[in-house]
Amino acid sequence: MQNMLTIISNALCRITGRNVGAQTVSEGSRVVVSRSFADFTPQATFDIKKCDVHRLEEGPPVKATLTRDQGLQYYRIMQTVRRMELKADQLYKQKIIRGFCHLYDGQEACAAGIEAAINPSDHLITAYRAHGYTYTRGVAIKEILAELTGRKGGVAKGKGGSMHMYAPHFYGGNGIVGAQVPLGAGIALACQYQGNNQVCVTLYGDGAANQGQLFEAFNMAALWKLPCIFICENNKYGMGTSVERASASTDYYKRGDFIPGLRVDGMDVLCVREATQFAADHCRSGKGPIVMELQTYRYHGHSMSDPGVSYRTREEIQEVRSKSDPISLLKDRMLSNNMAAVEEFKEIDIAIRKEVEEAAQYATSDPEPPLEELCNHIFKNDPPLEVRGTHPWATLKSVS
Amino acid sequence: MYCSSWQFWSSLHKGSSGRCPWLLFPFFTLWLFAPPPSQLSRCDWLCVMTRSDRVVNCSCDWLKSLDLSRVTAFSPAEDRFNMAASLRCFLRTGKNAVSALQRREFHRSLPAAVQVTVRDALNQAMDEELERDERVFLLGEEVAQYDGAYKVSRGLWKKYGDKRIIDTPITEMGFTGIAVGAAMAGLRPICEFMTFNFSMQAIDQVINSAAKTYYMSAGLQSVPIVFRGPNGASAGVAAQHSQCFAAWYGHCPGLKVVSPWNAEDAKGLLKSAIRDDNPVVFLENELMYGVPFEMSEESQSKDFTIPIGKAKVERQGTHVTMVTHSRYVSHCLDAAAVLAKEGIECEVINLRTIRPLDVDCIETSVMKTNHLVTVEGGWPQFGVGAEICARVMEGPAFNYLDAPATRVTGVDIPMPYAKILEDNSLPQIKDIIFSVKKTLNV
Repeated sequence: MQNMLTIISNALCRITGRNVGAQTVSEGSRVVVSRSFADFTPQATFDIKKCDVHRLEEGPPVKATLTRDQGLQYYRIMQTVRRMELKADQLYKQKIIRGFCHLYDGQEACAAGIEAAINPSDHLITAYRAHGYTYTRGVAIKEILAELTGRKGGVAKGKGGSMHMYAPHFYGGNGIVGAQVPLGAGIALACQYQGNNQVCVTLYGDGAANQGQLFEAFNMAALWKLPCIFICENNKYGMGTSVERASASTDYYKRGDFIPGLRVDGMDVLCVREATQFAADHCRSGKGPIVMELQTYRYHGHSMSDPGVSYRTREEIQEVRSKSDPISLLKDRMLSNNMAAVEEFKEIDIAIRKEVEEAAQYATSDPEPPLEELCNHIFKNDPPLEVRGTHPWATLKSVS
Repeated sequence: MYCSSWQFWSSLHKGSSGRCPWLLFPFFTLWLFAPPPSQLSRCDWLCVMTRSDRVVNCSCDWLKSLDLSRVTAFSPAEDRFNMAASLRCFLRTGKNAVSALQRREFHRSLPAAVQVTVRDALNQAMDEELERDERVFLLGEEVAQYDGAYKVSRGLWKKYGDKRIIDTPITEMGFTGIAVGAAMAGLRPICEFMTFNFSMQAIDQVINSAAKTYYMSAGLQSVPIVFRGPNGASAGVAAQHSQCFAAWYGHCPGLKVVSPWNAEDAKGLLKSAIRDDNPVVFLENELMYGVPFEMSEESQSKDFTIPIGKAKVERQGTHVTMVTHSRYVSHCLDAAAVLAKEGIECEVINLRTIRPLDVDCIETSVMKTNHLVTVEGGWPQFGVGAEICARVMEGPAFNYLDAPATRVTGVDIPMPYAKILEDNSLPQIKDIIFSVKKTLNV
C-alpha cells in the first residue's frame, strides 16, 4: 500500500514537475538531509554546446537555465531509465525476458530532454529501443518490466513485448525499421487537421536514416507543413554497422534537404531540452517540419543478443562512460553549482533502486496472461467471433 | 491531332442528342489540346479507354456484359470512334451522377429504384460518409484535382476542399504510413491505392502498422482506416498491373477484407467499412466501375449499410453451389442462365467479404445442393477457392458433398498482354459451365 502510494505520488509529481525526493524519506534508511533548502542554489544558467544548423538563420540558445527542482527531476528520470534498463539486462540473462530486448542505457538524456520540452498532450512515436520513452510518456516501471517478462500486468497485457508498448499520445514501440516515421508524419497530419496546436515527435536511428520511406515522409511533411519534429538518435552504430559504413552522408541533420535541421549534443539533457523546445516552437508556429540529430551513444549492444564489442572497442565504450555519461554530466553540473548535495543524489539512487527492484519483483511474480485471452483484441467494437485454432476442432473465442 | 479533334467533336455532337451540350465544352477544349493517344499518361489512358465505359448502353441486360472482355484493335479510325463512344458513355454516367445528385438534394421523398454505376455508388458512399463524420478524409494519388484516376472521387474535392480530399505524391509507402498514423491519432482516413498492385509497396504499413496494432497493444491502440482501390485484372494492362490481392490480404488476422460486386454492394459495404473501427481492405474492380445496376429505394438512403462478413445468395438453386466474389459474380450468373436452359439450377453466392469468410452461408448451401464450385480471378495456389474448399472439408458440409469441390481460377501465370492470351488467362463463362458439368458429372 505504502509502495503503491509512493509510486502514484511519484507519477503525479513527474507529471506536475514537482520535486519528489526531498519530501519523502524512505522508512528503511536513516539518511536525513542535513542541509536545509536555503543552502542550495535554486537556479543556475549553464553554457551548452552550440548546435550546428541547416537552413536556419539561428539555432537554439547557447545558455540553458536549470532550476534545482528541474535538475532533480531530470536526474530522477534518467536514473530510473538507467536502472530499469540494467534490470532488464539482468532479467534477460536469467532468461526471464525472451526474444528481443533493445536497451537504452547511455541515451537517457534524449528521452528526458525531449519530454521536458514537450507537453503531455503532444505526441511521440519511436522505434524498437523504446523502454525509455515508454517510461517518460507515463507508463509505470512495473508495467514495462511485466510486459518484458510477458505477464498479464504488462502495459499490453503481455501480448506486445519489448517493441510494442503503448500509452496515450505514445504510439510505441515499432519493430519495422523506419516504418514509424511515416506514421509520425500521419500523427502530425492529424494534429494539423484537428487544429489543436500539438506536435508529433518522430524518432528514428542512424540505421533507419537511410530508409526510403523516411524521405517520402519528409517530402509530404514539408509539402503540407506538418507539425512534425523528426529526430535522428545517432548512436554511431546501426546494429553492427558504423555510420561511416552505412551512410554516404553522416550529416543526418542535413538529410532532410529542404527541411531545416539541427545537430544536438544528445548526452546533455539541457542541450536536448533547448533544442526540442526550439523545434517545437518552429513547428507550432506553422513553419512545417524540422529535423534534429541527437548525437548520443548506447552502452549495450544493439540488443541483448549482441555483446556490442565486435564492431567497437571496450575502450571506446569506457571513454564515453567516463567523459560523457548523461547522468554524471547533470550530477556534476548540479554539484559544482551547489544545487544539490551528494547525499541527496544517493538517496534518490537508493529510492530508485528500490522502486525498480519492486517492479522486477512484480514482473517476475505476476501470472502469465490466461489462455482465454489468446484471441482477444483482434478487432475493436466487434461482436465476438470464432477464431480457428491449430486444428479444426479447436475453435477459440475472440472478443474485442 | 487537330483534324481528329474536329472529327471527334462532330461525331460526339451527333451522338449527344442535344441534351446538356454545356457539359461538352470543357471536354472540347481539353481534347483540342490533348496529346495524341500514345503520349497519354497511364491515368488518362486507363480513364478514357476502359472497356467498362465503352460498352455501357445503360441497360441491365447481363449478357451484354460479355462485351467486357473484348478489346478493339488499335487502328486510328476505329480508335477515334471508340474514343467518341467512350466519352459519350462517360458523359452519360456523369450526367446520371449529376441528375442523381440533384434528385437527392431537391426531393424529400426517396425515388424509386434507379440505375447507378458502381463508380457512382462508391462516390455516393464516400460523399455521405464525409458529410456525416468530420474525421473522415480521403487521400491518394489524383483523388482531388484530377477527380480520381478512375473518377471514383469525382466532385468530392470541389465539395470538401483541400483539407479533406488530399492529393499525394507517388509515394505509396509514405502516404500509406501517413494514413495509418492519422488513423492512430483519431482520424478516419480512406487511403486510395490507384490499383492494389501499388499497395505491395506499402504492404508493410497495411499489415504491420495497421492490421496487427490492435492486437499487439491489447486493445490500447485502434486503427480505423479503409484501404480501397481497384484489384485484380483489368484489360490489357499486363502482368505488373493485374494481380489479385484477395488471398494476400485475406491471409492476415486483424484485417477485414471486402470485395463488392454490384452498386449496392459497393455503397453499402464502403459505408460499413468507413464506419468500422478496424482496418478494412476494400477490393474494387476497375472493369465494374462503369457497369450500372439497379439500386433499390432502401439502398439510396444515407444510412444504408451492408454488414461486413455476410455473403449474399444472388440466385437460388438446387443442383450446385457457386461461390464467387467481385466481377465473377456476373460471370457466374451468366453461366447459371445458360445452364438453366439445360435444366441445371445453380445457386450463386456472392461472398461480399473475403475476411471474415461467411462459411455458414456456404455450408448451408452446400448441404442443400451437394456440389461446390468456387470461381475467382486470382491465382489458384493458396487462393480464396483453396480456403473455401478447406473450410468446407473441415465442417459439417463435407458429408453432404457428392463430388470433390472444384475451383475455377485464373491461370497460374503472370498476366500476359496479347488479347487472346489475356482472355485465356482468366475464367470465362465457358470454363465455369464446363466445371459445373464436370462436378455434376453430366
